[in-house]
Amino acid sequence: MKKMLSNPALWRGVVSIAVFLILWEIGARSRQWMAPEFFAPFRELLGAIGLKKDYLPWIGAVPAPSVVLASWIAVLVDRSYWQSWYMSLFRVMAGFLAAMLIGIPFGLMLAVSRVTHGIGFPVFEVLRPIPPLAWVPASIIFWPTQETAIAFITFLGAFYTIVINVLGGARSIDVRYFQAARSMGSSRWDIFRRVILPGTLPSIVVGSAVGMGITWEVVVAAEMISGGGSQIGGTRGGGLGFFIWNSYVGGSYEQIVIGMISIGIAGFASSELLRWGGRYATPWLKAR
Amino acid sequence: MTRGHIVIDDVVKVYDPQGAAVMAVDHCSLEIEPGEICMIVGPSGCGKTTLLNAIAGFHEITSGRIVMDGEVLCSPEKPRSTPGPDRIVVFQNGALFPWKTNLDNVIFGPVMQGKLARKEALDKGRAMLADAGLSGVEHNYPGEVSSGMRRRVEIVRALMNDPKALLLDEPYRALDSLTKSVMHEALLEIYYKNKVTIFFITHDLEEAIFLGHRVAIMTTRPCKPKKILNVDIPHPRDYSALTSKRFRELIEETNDAVHEEAWKAFQAGEKEGR
Repeated sequence: MKKMLSNPALWRGVVSIAVFLILWEIGARSRQWMAPEFFAPFRELLGAIGLKKDYLPWIGAVPAPSVVLASWIAVLVDRSYWQSWYMSLFRVMAGFLAAMLIGIPFGLMLAVSRVTHGIGFPVFEVLRPIPPLAWVPASIIFWPTQETAIAFITFLGAFYTIVINVLGGARSIDVRYFQAARSMGSSRWDIFRRVILPGTLPSIVVGSAVGMGITWEVVVAAEMISGGGSQIGGTRGGGLGFFIWNSYVGGSYEQIVIGMISIGIAGFASSELLRWGGRYATPWLKAR
Repeated sequence: MTRGHIVIDDVVKVYDPQGAAVMAVDHCSLEIEPGEICMIVGPSGCGKTTLLNAIAGFHEITSGRIVMDGEVLCSPEKPRSTPGPDRIVVFQNGALFPWKTNLDNVIFGPVMQGKLARKEALDKGRAMLADAGLSGVEHNYPGEVSSGMRRRVEIVRALMNDPKALLLDEPYRALDSLTKSVMHEALLEIYYKNKVTIFFITHDLEEAIFLGHRVAIMTTRPCKPKKILNVDIPHPRDYSALTSKRFRELIEETNDAVHEEAWKAFQAGEKEGR
């Protein structure tokens, strides 16, 4: 703990966030401090370049962090807020785990088998450029429940990235490792288990971390578009994306920001967890 | 000693990538005695690695044959020999598995071949590493130790397979000259304890004469022996051999032949570049 407190990186992080919050507070309160006559020419200038006159562009329309924080404390005791967390987290995890379970073996098969690559890769490459969000209408039609439809879309978000990384990682293993393993009497299975798998592991970690990020982007958008499964639990608890959308429709700007920051925290925490797991799984990379 | 007798008999290797046949090895014949350190010297890209890959079983040959201890490794009927633990390659840039600790790397061969149980292999591996002065890095990953140490661990890993021959492909190329001279002595020390045939590729004439019983100077592409030098400096050798009169004489005797091939390789490279 003492060591952590004396770590300059920690303090830089604290300063970074503090400065951000202070600038945001000042910017968000621009409607107040820009009111005096002194700022009149500045207001005219803003108007002349096609912006709103009364406050700083963009930032001035956002609720101040102090206001957001007060509202957040009120929201913390609201069950539907936590329900939203739970729903989004559940969808992300379902889609992400499915993407890992299917994507890693599929990527490895594409890498080791010429036949699988020949048959599977062209279809994969045609489907890959289709953005997950373009799948929203189709998957609502295809999947029996809204929930499975959203999970499928988050699955797609992570799936392509994981497959591409696994394939690339397995392909880029140095041929010397295969030659050495063969010289020392390894069977094909041994080579797969002891060379290809560990050799691909760093790429699996990278692919998963990137895939996790995309999953959060996708789940929020899918919830906004599809209504977030709101018909199941009424208007409450449709996931963080739905929380934001609902706050917008209801005119609660503080809650929009709360929803946004919540997603930031959730995405950061899940990436951090993956990085931690990745370091644990690939201890030899510390050496570099 | 009858282990590790390698006969390279009239081997030809033609690369034919896009119809433009390139001859890499041209009717090359060379006999390597059991337990001999045979040094192969030639400029970069001369085709000497092709020869090593043919012995190891990583590439096919076009014609000719390679025989080890009476067993035909490759011939026109079977152009590619099967890689096996009797011939272990130590690669130019090293091929220790970065995801295994040095000790786990060292026991890889015997465990794979089912020759030793994991526990016995660990005991033997520890003993062999200790013998090479590498006990301290057992539990490190290869990426955590110096490149000189990595090469030594790799040679120990090779010897753990109890090979008939070690095939070394410029293993010290990337090392600085001081580390290199230490590595030479370390290699000889290991060799005096485990007499195996060593087929050692290099472009460094001093390295070749210091280490080898014989030095085969190869012509540049296509590759075949141009001159074979018997190094009559007695083994065991240490670094003082480098300053001996005989060492200098042998360098003088062969320097011209090596230099001539280096120029040919250089000019051929210029032609390709145009």
